[in-house]
Amino acid sequence: MRMFTALLSGLLFGLGLIISGMANPAKVIGFLDVAGHWDPSLAFVMSGAILVALPAFVMARRRARSLLGATMDLPPPGRYEHRAALGSALFGAGWGIAGFCPGPAFVSLGSGQARAVLFVIAMIGGMAFYEAFQRLRVRRTDMASTPA
Amino acid sequence: MIDWTSFAPGSAFAGGLLIGLATAVLVLCNGRIAGISGIIGGLMERSPGDDVNWRGAFLVGLVAAPFAYSILRTLPAVRIDAVGPELVVAGLLVGFGTRLGGGCTSGHGVCGISRLATRSIFATLTFMTTGALTVFFIHHVFGG
Repeated sequence: MRMFTALLSGLLFGLGLIISGMANPAKVIGFLDVAGHWDPSLAFVMSGAILVALPAFVMARRRARSLLGATMDLPPPGRYEHRAALGSALFGAGWGIAGFCPGPAFVSLGSGQARAVLFVIAMIGGMAFYEAFQRLRVRRTDMASTPA
Repeated sequence: MIDWTSFAPGSAFAGGLLIGLATAVLVLCNGRIAGISGIIGGLMERSPGDDVNWRGAFLVGLVAAPFAYSILRTLPAVRIDAVGPELVVAGLLVGFGTRLGGGCTSGHGVCGISRLATRSIFATLTFMTTGALTVFFIHHVFGG
């Protein structure tokens, strides 16, 4: 059942991206092009999504378990650290170059766009690079905390 | 100057409602955050544990969406201007950046803001700003 609701969620999410225009990189670039022919449409995507998601998170926060009995895995509150700021800045730069963020890139994979395939391969490469970088950091802190 | 010919707030808002609904389904039924970069990244961690299934199922749904849409209507036209090397650089930045930053447009922009998480509000402001700056430099300074 949980696999079905996850599949349904992914499907609805993808349909939302297609209908909203988020799955069209040219439209995304138009939204980010505030100094040119600015197309503010995509601000409405975020408003619509938050309008529905906000009450859902209010409900979720009051529950110990989900409707299907899963643990509620909500990220703990945290500070906006340098790492997160640098990561978000790099992400924005990549988003501005191609007009793809992870969700729309996966949707475009499904519609058979060759350029999306290349983008997704590179994106997974970037994520793998992060995992390698993370392991290196963990090893270094382990070494630093082990008494000589 | 606003590009009125491309401006389509109605479909944007309708699509947004669906994205919100998808997020609500995942958090209320599965107790999980619909952050795409986190869902993909979680599959790449050393010990993904038993949540490989729901992550996989969500991504299958996402990839199947164009097919489901095309049963009812023809898919809207899409334009990707970026070419080979640009796509590779952009992909690497998006992949590494979203993992280091702890989220993307969905995880920070939709879920995080809906949870009123300060970190996500700042993250969203950051990637919107660098995204707009990048577009400005590519299209107006270097002339695209």
